[in-house]
Amino acid sequence: MRAAVVVFPGSNCDRDLAVAFERVGFDVTMVWHKETGLPEGVDIVGVPGGFSYGDYLRCGAIAARSPVCKAIVSHAERGGYVLGICNGFQILTETGILPGALLRNAGLKYICRTVGLRVETTDSAFTREYEKGQVIRIPIAHHDGNYYADDATLERLRAEDRIAFTYTENPNGSVADIAGILSPNRRVLGMMPHPERAADSGHGGTDGLALFRALAGVLAPA
Amino acid sequence: MKARVHVMLKDGVLDPQGEAIRHALGAMGFRGVEGVRQGKVIDLDLAEGVTEADVAEMCEKLLANTVIESYTIEMG
Repeated sequence: MRAAVVVFPGSNCDRDLAVAFERVGFDVTMVWHKETGLPEGVDIVGVPGGFSYGDYLRCGAIAARSPVCKAIVSHAERGGYVLGICNGFQILTETGILPGALLRNAGLKYICRTVGLRVETTDSAFTREYEKGQVIRIPIAHHDGNYYADDATLERLRAEDRIAFTYTENPNGSVADIAGILSPNRRVLGMMPHPERAADSGHGGTDGLALFRALAGVLAPA
Repeated sequence: MKARVHVMLKDGVLDPQGEAIRHALGAMGFRGVEGVRQGKVIDLDLAEGVTEADVAEMCEKLLANTVIESYTIEMG
């Protein structure tokens, strides 16, 4: 069971994400952004939070064109699993793996606090250990987390049950309170909140742990 | 050869920064500003032979996120 965590200049949640994967039994390899390929046999790629390339041009825009991102897109196209958190979610939308875009928070402020998330679907390797409708407490820490998608895209996300999490109280202006979405094959999850920061009792909450445990349950060798 | 690219949020995409500027102008006593949209200007110094079509491709692939932004190109 192997995970790769990508590291860009400016990533700052890469080690937290690696620890969360390790805790549930993954062998984790850190992959520098200049690498053109992923390690052999990687089951899931973690795209961590942070400020890749200083958020220059747009959050995630430069990272999405980096050599390693081509490998991540190929991995996703082959049916591989990808988890993008915060800046990682922004990067996945910039690559086009996930639809929509993340805009500046409606209130213009950087927000760093723990929020309520409603689990909207349990039909994914990421959310299968939660109950549908369950409210979990997960930290957010972002300036550009205001999810935008046009009406046709929203309609499709709803019809295909691809909204993974919504905010119980919308902190940033996201359309339809969306906090995280799935790819069409349900193997790529992008979310602004940080489950890796709620995965140990020392964090003050462990509601994020079930996401990593669920992944380990699906990806463990039979 | 130079090119100037203007990148703006599309109509219909809320621009909270533009709104903040509009509020600030109102608070400073400037009257009659009914809307503000903030965008980006990107100047490119181009070698001989780079065409407007090349710049358009740069816009599509990197300079603008066409999910939320539109762009215009001035060559010259």
